[in-house]
Amino acid sequence: MALTTTTNAASARLENVSKFYGEFQALKDVSLAIPPGKVTCLIGPSGSGKSTLLRCINFLEEYDRGGIWIDDRLIGYDAVGGRKMAPGRLREMRRDIGMVFQQFNLWPHMTALQNVAEGLERVKRLPRAQAQRIAAEALAKVGLGDKTGNHPSRLSGGQQQRVAIARAIAMQPRIMLFDEPTSALDPELVGEVLAVMKQLAAEGMTMVVVTHEMGFAAHVADRVAFMERGELVAAGTPAEIFGNPADARVRAFLQSYNDRNAFDVKAG
Amino acid sequence: MIDLSLFQQYGPALLRGLGMTIFCWLVGTVFAMALGFVMALVQRSVKAWPVQWLLRAYVEFIRGTPFLVQLFVLYYGGPMLGLRLDALPAGLLGLTIYGSPYFAEIFRAGLNAVPVGQIEAARAMGFPPGAIMRRVMIPVMLVSALPALVNFSIILTKETVILSMITVPEIMFETQTMMAETFAFAEATLVLALFFWIFVEAISRIGRRLERRATHYLLERS
Repeated sequence: MALTTTTNAASARLENVSKFYGEFQALKDVSLAIPPGKVTCLIGPSGSGKSTLLRCINFLEEYDRGGIWIDDRLIGYDAVGGRKMAPGRLREMRRDIGMVFQQFNLWPHMTALQNVAEGLERVKRLPRAQAQRIAAEALAKVGLGDKTGNHPSRLSGGQQQRVAIARAIAMQPRIMLFDEPTSALDPELVGEVLAVMKQLAAEGMTMVVVTHEMGFAAHVADRVAFMERGELVAAGTPAEIFGNPADARVRAFLQSYNDRNAFDVKAG
Repeated sequence: MIDLSLFQQYGPALLRGLGMTIFCWLVGTVFAMALGFVMALVQRSVKAWPVQWLLRAYVEFIRGTPFLVQLFVLYYGGPMLGLRLDALPAGLLGLTIYGSPYFAEIFRAGLNAVPVGQIEAARAMGFPPGAIMRRVMIPVMLVSALPALVNFSIILTKETVILSMITVPEIMFETQTMMAETFAFAEATLVLALFFWIFVEAISRIGRRLERRATHYLLERS
C-alpha cells in the first residue's frame, strides 16, 4: 500500500508572489523554492504573512501577482492568458496537495473513520468499503487505530490533529501544507503531532510547515524561511538561520524567542 | 350537550377536510422550504446588487404583509394580471410564497454559522461544490437550524386555515359549513381544536427525533 512511503513527492516554486487586501500588501514579491521530499519551515512573527503564503500554495488564498508552480504546473491561473483557472482544474490540482489546519477543521458529524474516508469517496470516487479500508490504515498509521468510531468531540486536540493528518495522507498527496499544526494544542499534546510529522518527513514527503515550534524547525527542517511584514527576509539551512543569522531581523526574532523560552532560574 | 350524532352526517366531510389540511401543509411546507433554501443559496453566492436587492425586497414585502392579504392578491388580483388559478393551486402557491422568506432567513443564518474552516478543509481536498454542500454544510447547518425549521413548520400548520377564505375545502372550510348548516358550534370547533393540537404534537415529536439524529454526535458518551 502506497500509504507507507512517498515515492513521487512534488516540488513547488514561488516566484514574486504578491497579495493585496485593498491598499495593504500582505505579501511582497516572495520567491521561494520548495525542494521535493524535503521539509521547509516558514517562521516569523505573527502577521508576517507566513500563513497567507502557505494558503496561496493551494490557492485557498488567491495571490494577485507572481506565480506558484506545483512541479511545473501553475496553480490558480491559466499558464497562458493569466485568467483564473477553471474550478475543475483547480480541484484536480488540489487533490495532490494535502493541508493540515491550526484548528483541525474536522467535520464534527462524522466519525474519525468517515472524516478520513470522505475525501476518498467524494473526490477519488472510491467505493465506500475500499475508502474505509484505506481510512482505517491511515488512522492506524497516526496511532489512532482504536479511535476509528469516535466523533471529533470525543477526541483530544492532539488526536483530532492526527485524524486531520490521516485525512490528508489518505489522499496520497504529493506535497503537504501545515498551517501552525500545533498552535491550538495544549503543550503536552504537541509532541504526539510533531512525532507523526517527523515520521512523514522521514518517508520523504514534501512538507511546508508554518510553525512557532523552533525546535521542530531546527531539527526536522531541511530549509527554513524567515518572513516579516510580508517579505521573505532570509532562507537557508537550519544551521544558517538558527546558527548565525546574517539578518538583524532574524536575530532579533530568535533572541526574543530564546528569552521567552529560556530556563535560567531567576537569581537571588 | 355535545351531539355526537352530527358526526355521522358530517364525519366524511370533516375527514376529507383533515386530509386536505395535511396535504396543503405538507406541500406548502416542502415547497416553501425548497424555495427558501434556493433563496439562501442565491443570497450567499450571487453578490450582484440587483439580485441582493430583489431578494431583500421580496423577504421584507412578504414578511411585512398578512398571509390573508397575500392570498387575496394572488387569488382575486391574479386574474387581472393574467394569473388565473383554481383555489387549491392558488392556496398551495400562496403558502409557498408566504413561507419561503422565513425559511430563507433560517437557512441563511444556519449556513453562515457553518465554521468556514470545515468548508475550507473540503475545498482544499478538491471536493466538488455539491459534495461540500451535501456532506458538510447541510448536516452542520441543520444542527443549529432544525429547531427553527420545525418551529416555523408548526406555525404554517395554523396558517393553512386561511385557505378556507378562498374556498379550499380544508378542515376550517368543512367545519364552517357544518356550523352554518347545524349551528353546532361546540362540536365543530372542538373537533377543529383537537385536530390541530394532535397534528402539531405529531410534528413536534418528529422534529425532536430529527434533532436528536442531527445532533447525536454532540450527545454521545464514551
